[in-house]
Amino acid sequence: MPTRVSVAEGVLEETADGPRLKGSRCIDCGTFAFPAQKSCQRCSGTNIEPTLLADKGVLWTFTIQGFPPKSPPYRGNADLATFVPFGVGYVELPGEVKVETRLTEADPSKLHIGMEMGMVLETIGVDADGNDLVTFAFAPTGN
Amino acid sequence: MSNSTEVAIVGIGMHQFGRTEGVSGMDQGVVAVRRAVADAGVKWDDMQFAFGGSQSSGAADTMVSKLGLTGLQFINVANGCATGGSALFSAYSSIRSGLSDIGMAIGFDKHERGAFRVETKGMDWYGSSGLALTTQFFGMKINRYMHQYGITNQSLARVSAKAFRNGSMNPMAWRQKPISEEDVLASPMLSYPLTQYMFCNPAEGGVALVLCRGDLAHKYTDRPVFLKAAVVKSRRFGSFEVLAPSIALEHNAGPTVDASKAAFEMAGIGPRDIDLAQLQDTEAGAEIMHMAENGFCEHGEQESMLANGETEIGGRLPVNTDGGCLANGEPIGASGLRQVYENVLQLRGDAGARQVPNNPKTAYTHVYGAPGISGVTILSR
Repeated sequence: MPTRVSVAEGVLEETADGPRLKGSRCIDCGTFAFPAQKSCQRCSGTNIEPTLLADKGVLWTFTIQGFPPKSPPYRGNADLATFVPFGVGYVELPGEVKVETRLTEADPSKLHIGMEMGMVLETIGVDADGNDLVTFAFAPTGN
Repeated sequence: MSNSTEVAIVGIGMHQFGRTEGVSGMDQGVVAVRRAVADAGVKWDDMQFAFGGSQSSGAADTMVSKLGLTGLQFINVANGCATGGSALFSAYSSIRSGLSDIGMAIGFDKHERGAFRVETKGMDWYGSSGLALTTQFFGMKINRYMHQYGITNQSLARVSAKAFRNGSMNPMAWRQKPISEEDVLASPMLSYPLTQYMFCNPAEGGVALVLCRGDLAHKYTDRPVFLKAAVVKSRRFGSFEVLAPSIALEHNAGPTVDASKAAFEMAGIGPRDIDLAQLQDTEAGAEIMHMAENGFCEHGEQESMLANGETEIGGRLPVNTDGGCLANGEPIGASGLRQVYENVLQLRGDAGARQVPNNPKTAYTHVYGAPGISGVTILSR
């Protein structure tokens, strides 16, 4: 049975309530960052705490990746013959930050700016040992 | 500003953009330097300084082994897509400060085919996950812009068709064949809503400029062009930039708006005084957004401007008269200097079939690139 290998090591944490992104928050000015930063890009302060970001938000903008990304660095399926386009967007996490993410939906007619999205894990390919390669993505929640 | 501290461009040289098999990026830069020096009627040995750069074709200062070991001050510039603009700014500053009388700004490059491969060292997850493509940023930025300001796909196609039409009148351009709006729209969708012919490609080429003190310009040419402003700005908190894993909730209009305002202030003129403009057109949508970000129109007004042909060579504000990045490709180190080269040609009246009519007097350039940097120049004769 294949196991799952995360390609989002370092920015993704699997909690009992599902996957969450690891960000940071400036204690001085309250600004959120993703991925976690050691200093604040807004106030230049260094008084920073790690935080898990919200797993729900709204779609701020999107595109569809229509051709295989160069590999490396891409670790998903980059084979021209079997490549399947995928969505990419920014999801605005209320009160926090807008994060860039894959989208599970790749049909632009089914995506619209302002729609509600939730975070999931997505399999993007298989490694040399037959393990599923997974990363984070956002999916429409139907609301 | 007194004449003695003005900065003039008195020589321009270019190696053809596109793909030149068997000629390295640096050798294309060397060709550009030799042409610029000849254009100014000077010798390489007369150059007191050079600022030069490339992204993928080696350290520019090693060019001296091909051009002659004259002992000049040669400083390498590495500033992403603003490399050329930064070399020009540095040359401008050297002369304005009174440190030097005459020298060069040089840019060249040669990239592999296909979308730029982005180094995500220390952020492996970013590229591994299928993010970290510059093309995605452009698709996402214009998609939101179209949603906000009512820009249509037809306008994107108009920009591309104009670029290839202008390129067809430019013997130094890579793509010299017109492509219709229908063919632009029908080409493969690369990054929704942008199709293949709405994107420029990484390419090859070289450009060099000879700059000197304004009061010396007539020694070298009877048609000097003066550099009235040269500005490079990096991003501020809250702007929406290429290759950003996140964007702050707080909104900032971005480095182009900052660079444009500063350049107009430096030159003491406004957008209405500009006769033609070269604006970063990494893809068709970028030209549209940059028209507004540089102060040439309101957001959304581009839709009617393009429909009315206002940015065509015979229009109110011709934009990307040499075909822009879309028709020339983007050799990163040379791209910003190509825009200045084109403006010097236009202001001299030497642009041939694509010459902007009615003797243009002022011209504007704008580059934008990773990681959120903009460079603007204003030229006048």
